[in-house]
Amino acid sequence: MVENRRWLNWLTHFVLIIGVLIVAFPIYIAFVASTHELDALLQSPMPIWPGDSLIKNYAQALGTGARAVGAPVWLMMFNSLVMAVGISVGKIAISMLAAFAIVYFRFPFRMAFFWMIFITLMLPVEVRILPTYKVVADLNMLNSYPGLIIPLIASATATFLFRQVFLAVPDELTEAARIDGAGPIRFFKDILLPLSRTNIAALFVIMFIYGWVQYLWPLLITTDEKFYTMLIGINRMIAVGEGQAEWQIIMATTMLAMLPPVLIVVFMQRLFVKGLVETEK
Amino acid sequence: MEKRVVFRQTFLPYLLLAPQVLVTLVFFFWPASQALYQSVLREDAFGLSSEFIWFENFSALFAEAEYLHSLEVTALFSLAVATTAMTIALYLAVQADRVIHGAMVYKTLLIWPYAVAPAVAGVLWMFLFNPSMGIVVFALRAVGYDWNHALNGHQAMALVTVSAAWKQISYNFLFFLAGMQAIPKSLIEAAAIDGARPARRFWTIVFPLLAPTTFFLLVMNVVYAFFDTFGIIHQVTEGGPAGATNILVYKVFHDGFLGLDLGGSAAQSVVLMAIVILLTVFQFQYIERKVHY
Repeated sequence: MVENRRWLNWLTHFVLIIGVLIVAFPIYIAFVASTHELDALLQSPMPIWPGDSLIKNYAQALGTGARAVGAPVWLMMFNSLVMAVGISVGKIAISMLAAFAIVYFRFPFRMAFFWMIFITLMLPVEVRILPTYKVVADLNMLNSYPGLIIPLIASATATFLFRQVFLAVPDELTEAARIDGAGPIRFFKDILLPLSRTNIAALFVIMFIYGWVQYLWPLLITTDEKFYTMLIGINRMIAVGEGQAEWQIIMATTMLAMLPPVLIVVFMQRLFVKGLVETEK
Repeated sequence: MEKRVVFRQTFLPYLLLAPQVLVTLVFFFWPASQALYQSVLREDAFGLSSEFIWFENFSALFAEAEYLHSLEVTALFSLAVATTAMTIALYLAVQADRVIHGAMVYKTLLIWPYAVAPAVAGVLWMFLFNPSMGIVVFALRAVGYDWNHALNGHQAMALVTVSAAWKQISYNFLFFLAGMQAIPKSLIEAAAIDGARPARRFWTIVFPLLAPTTFFLLVMNVVYAFFDTFGIIHQVTEGGPAGATNILVYKVFHDGFLGLDLGGSAAQSVVLMAIVILLTVFQFQYIERKVHY
């Protein structure tokens, strides 16, 4: 700040606090709703202070789930976790290998492969819903973990990122490794992998969130309640038709669905920001 | 930039590329080519026979009032989301850039919604604006305004816009703040010495220097509103009431997956692909500019 005027400082803090409160307001209400019995929520107005059913609601959600859906939330949480970890590990693994091939080898059609990976940027799932569904159905991967994970693990962004990282590795290292008799696999494992550790971690944070918030894809390919992710579970809990939605359970599930990725952003903020900036370059 | 020192194996690089290329071929190129192919065919409902009809699916699509309406809704929605999310984020970033003590705390408290799924953002706001039990609706009624987004198209649009913009503020805030912190302090100080007030400094120095960031964010926000908000629409309004929030991505899902109109849905997919290509080109334009800056 260039000038130091007291009223301006106060105004700045005031605006920021209002901003923070507006951002947090929907979450606060969701939290309040997750601590009351359904009867209390159906009153008008609903309470604005937390109630005393917190443990009961969360235990019911995790243990048995809502009446409308035959799967407990712990299972959905497990499914979301498998999907998010599977996608992030998968993306990082296949992108590193591809980038390694493109940077450290010369072979026919090298650039053709590079452009082929690049074009996937322009083909998000949303623009090829039906045919992709059909491929996965033909491969018998509906309602399965591979079906949730594999179609989403191709990554142009991650491949570019690792290409940049590898290009910045000094050639002297490669020469030294070669003189010492290290082959490409050894070089990759003992030199490139440790050198890209922070990039891998940053990318993992971003890709974990990407995997956790997937909605359209699991919506298409999971019809078996055993494979519902948290977001699909929430959707099914709300869509009860004529019945009364169990809002206290829905809101408890919503809080649980936000928890893992939000904790990651808050506690790994440095890696998160690094990953975000790098993947958007 | 190329490596001087490379390895000489001939078979290994193909093996390394294989997983990525295989996934790309099976789950990206094959489906996309199918969409292209089906968009010029007419198929009966059982997929037994098909007929090549050139661009009839496309001309039918653009003659359809519903589709034109969906285009309009999408344009309005993405514009509204981008302006709302970017204006609020820029304003907050300007304030956060001024703070000396506690800047980190504000930053943390403002960026976490990035990790909230669009579908969850939709649920949160839908709960606040639930016509029968929402707390905001109760407050609105108290001041004499009746809210029911299940019946009123404008209210439905407002609700999905707020949900989508709320989640996107964090992203924009982060990039605006980073952009502002990259502006040399000496520039601002020089202007202050010349007697320029904060508002004037913002409009004549900070804002123009942020132009590349703003342009980049505009593209990213439009991409977000086009493609990533499917969860919000599906969760909150299902495209309704009467198509008031039926954005293109929701319509392609609805017509293809629930309506089983293969040719029409494929034509819609192809139009969406064209839009993505256009937006990607714009995005790369930004990178060029950044280099020249």
